[in-house]
Amino acid sequence: MPVTRLPLLALSAYLAWGQWGGELRFCLRSDPKTFDPLAVADDSSETVRYLTGGVLVRVNRKTQQLEPELAESWKVAEGGRKIVFKLRERVLYSEGTPFSAEDVAFTVRRMMDPALHSPTGDSFRSGSGEVRAETLGPHRVSILFPSPIAGLERLFDQVAILSAVSPKAVLGPFVVAEHKAGSHLLLRRNPNYWKKDASGRRLPYLDSVRLDIQQNRDLEQIRFRRGEIHLIDSLDPETFDSLAAEAPASAIDAGPSLDTEMMWFNQVRNAPLPEYKKAWFRSKAFRRAVSESINRDDIARLVYRGHARPAVGPFSPSNRFWFHAGLRPHGFDPAGARRKLEQEGFRLDGAVLRDREGHPVEFSLVTNSGNKTRARIASLLQQDLAKVGIRLNIVPLDFPSLIERINRTFHYEACLLGLVNVDLDPNAQMNVWLSSAANHQWNPNQPSPATPWEAEIDRWMRAQASTLDPKKRKAAFDRVQEIVWEEAPFLYLANRNFLAAISPALRNTAPAAMRPQTFWNVERISFANQISGRR
Amino acid sequence: MQTLRYLAAAFLLMVFLASVGADFLSPAPYERQFRDHPNEPPSRRFPLGTDELGRDRLSRLLHGSRVSLLLAPAAALLAVFLAALVGLSAGFLGGWFERAAMACTDLFVSLPWLFLLLTVRALLPLNVAPWTSVSITFLLLGLLGWASSARVIRAGAAAVRGSDFALQARAAGCRTARLMMVHLLPNLRPAIAAQFWISIPVFIWSEANLGMLGLGVTEPLPSWGNLLLELANYRAVFAAPWLLAPAVLLVLVSSGFHFIFSKEDPCR
Repeated sequence: MPVTRLPLLALSAYLAWGQWGGELRFCLRSDPKTFDPLAVADDSSETVRYLTGGVLVRVNRKTQQLEPELAESWKVAEGGRKIVFKLRERVLYSEGTPFSAEDVAFTVRRMMDPALHSPTGDSFRSGSGEVRAETLGPHRVSILFPSPIAGLERLFDQVAILSAVSPKAVLGPFVVAEHKAGSHLLLRRNPNYWKKDASGRRLPYLDSVRLDIQQNRDLEQIRFRRGEIHLIDSLDPETFDSLAAEAPASAIDAGPSLDTEMMWFNQVRNAPLPEYKKAWFRSKAFRRAVSESINRDDIARLVYRGHARPAVGPFSPSNRFWFHAGLRPHGFDPAGARRKLEQEGFRLDGAVLRDREGHPVEFSLVTNSGNKTRARIASLLQQDLAKVGIRLNIVPLDFPSLIERINRTFHYEACLLGLVNVDLDPNAQMNVWLSSAANHQWNPNQPSPATPWEAEIDRWMRAQASTLDPKKRKAAFDRVQEIVWEEAPFLYLANRNFLAAISPALRNTAPAAMRPQTFWNVERISFANQISGRR
Repeated sequence: MQTLRYLAAAFLLMVFLASVGADFLSPAPYERQFRDHPNEPPSRRFPLGTDELGRDRLSRLLHGSRVSLLLAPAAALLAVFLAALVGLSAGFLGGWFERAAMACTDLFVSLPWLFLLLTVRALLPLNVAPWTSVSITFLLLGLLGWASSARVIRAGAAAVRGSDFALQARAAGCRTARLMMVHLLPNLRPAIAAQFWISIPVFIWSEANLGMLGLGVTEPLPSWGNLLLELANYRAVFAAPWLLAPAVLLVLVSSGFHFIFSKEDPCR
């Protein structure tokens, strides 16, 4: 190694190591509903679980690869029904008791206990039958499922391992030290946390994390500007730009998030809509023409101030493995859209588009009220569609009314909403793509697929879920994405970027698209101005 | 003071005429998006700049004034009419009628009218023209917004009921209806007028708040209400003070109404 590189290596190692001490502060929208890591169903509880829970394997939020944590290695067997973990030795819980295979078996049994109704456990329910967790030694454990689960090992990213002997003991970097409801939550460093940095120092670098309960996002921004908190997740583009103008080092655009904005037409057969409108919505040419009338670049540029990109499908490019790189967003082509409509029997009568029976083409778009971004997208859609003679009426509704319409009464024509992806794997979207699923939004709960292409989607989704070969799974889900692109049941509009505020006082932050985007590597986050020390 | 009143009247007339003639005065159609010119500062082409979708702010302000200046006073008129009817009757007749009317008023004030509005919105047809939607909104505001004014008017009516001139009129054989219309109503006119003027900005703000719940003026129609929502981002206001134009106009119009109304002040 050339001698000149040594100082550089030393410098990079110094930068990678953190400084010891300090309190990281950021806000939660609400109090956590539970401190039981297996009963987590809300964002705040999820944050606490992430900061306090130790897991067997962890998806690296930056590389999106699975990495060993409490499990040194693992092996999936019996066609995806069984997984055997070899556990890390000499790991202690926060209270000093040793971690063993018995704790993993206890956690799995508790998670799968039907009486607990664990949302985490739901991901592992693959079929009727019992899930069996057996210890194969002090540091080896086997878990057997009734039927195969594709992407099984990644699901353990969400499973915080409990202690079989001490209910409050944790294996994560922090422990809950104080909770004042409605005010704050204080987490102190776990003195027995098993991870060490490159120099052998026990992580985390931070002494504590303070989570203030703050619903008001304006106050959160003011507090950030005052230096009272260090992180803000998910800024809106307007605030982001204003922060970027004041303090460029604090405003972080981490690129496309996993979230997607989209619209769809109601294709439910018994929906209380006129038959001629149902015929429009069931027409692929109509859906594609509407899609091609939408200027997605303008949505990204005007609504998101450039912090977004036109969406192509269910996954954004930030989902590196599952995103179909061969597809491009439907292009903005009003002339082509008009041609498609004419071929389908629609005709322009002055500025009004009419169907073959002479009905003016007009439909309503429901969306949730109070969402400025969606209101702006809807305004752009309104003007874009007016150019091809379609009149769009925007109907903002309060969220419960909206959900009632799209899930129960089906009394709506088109809907504009977003899809928040928390999981990279398409298995998490089985309840969207299967025609029999409740969240198959354009036409849910079908007894049998209403169209040949939906039947094909069903086949490919089942195919990808029933094989363990990643290449075969990818090929199957690529085909699903191609069908969706072609048939346009969802018109994907934009993938917004993940915009965050991160104090320049913090080191080792690496914002990513996956949640928790800003503090996923919390054990390695430190303050630049703390006094270095050895633990 | 007289000069101020004239000035206020002239200003209100000017705003009213500008809003009525918005189609002719607007530099551009209020819904037109100049997508290559978003968030522009004031210029010769866009005197009040453009919004985030490139729509001309002046055009939207003029058309928004039309919506707010026509419909908010209409709603206020309806609310004050209902308030006067209930308040006058209760205050003048007294007894069990007064107790029953005030109990109804209290009930009305305590009703979760927001949920009623949400229910009404959920029951409306999907394809409603923006003007129909906004008219329904203000009609509902008028129908629901009378209760607190009724209490004020009832208090005034009760005070007048025991006055010497009312007793004298009654002793002279004046009938109840005539007493109310000829003797009571003129004496309560300042209170009723005050309630009317106060209700206008209240209804404008209510419409803005309802917009957040989906019952306000829907896109692309502008109103002072939805224009004022832009002020929620206070930092943007510092950077672009012309965003304050609808707020300034609302304050000036409210003040204008106040100056004209101050002539009616019986205490002076």
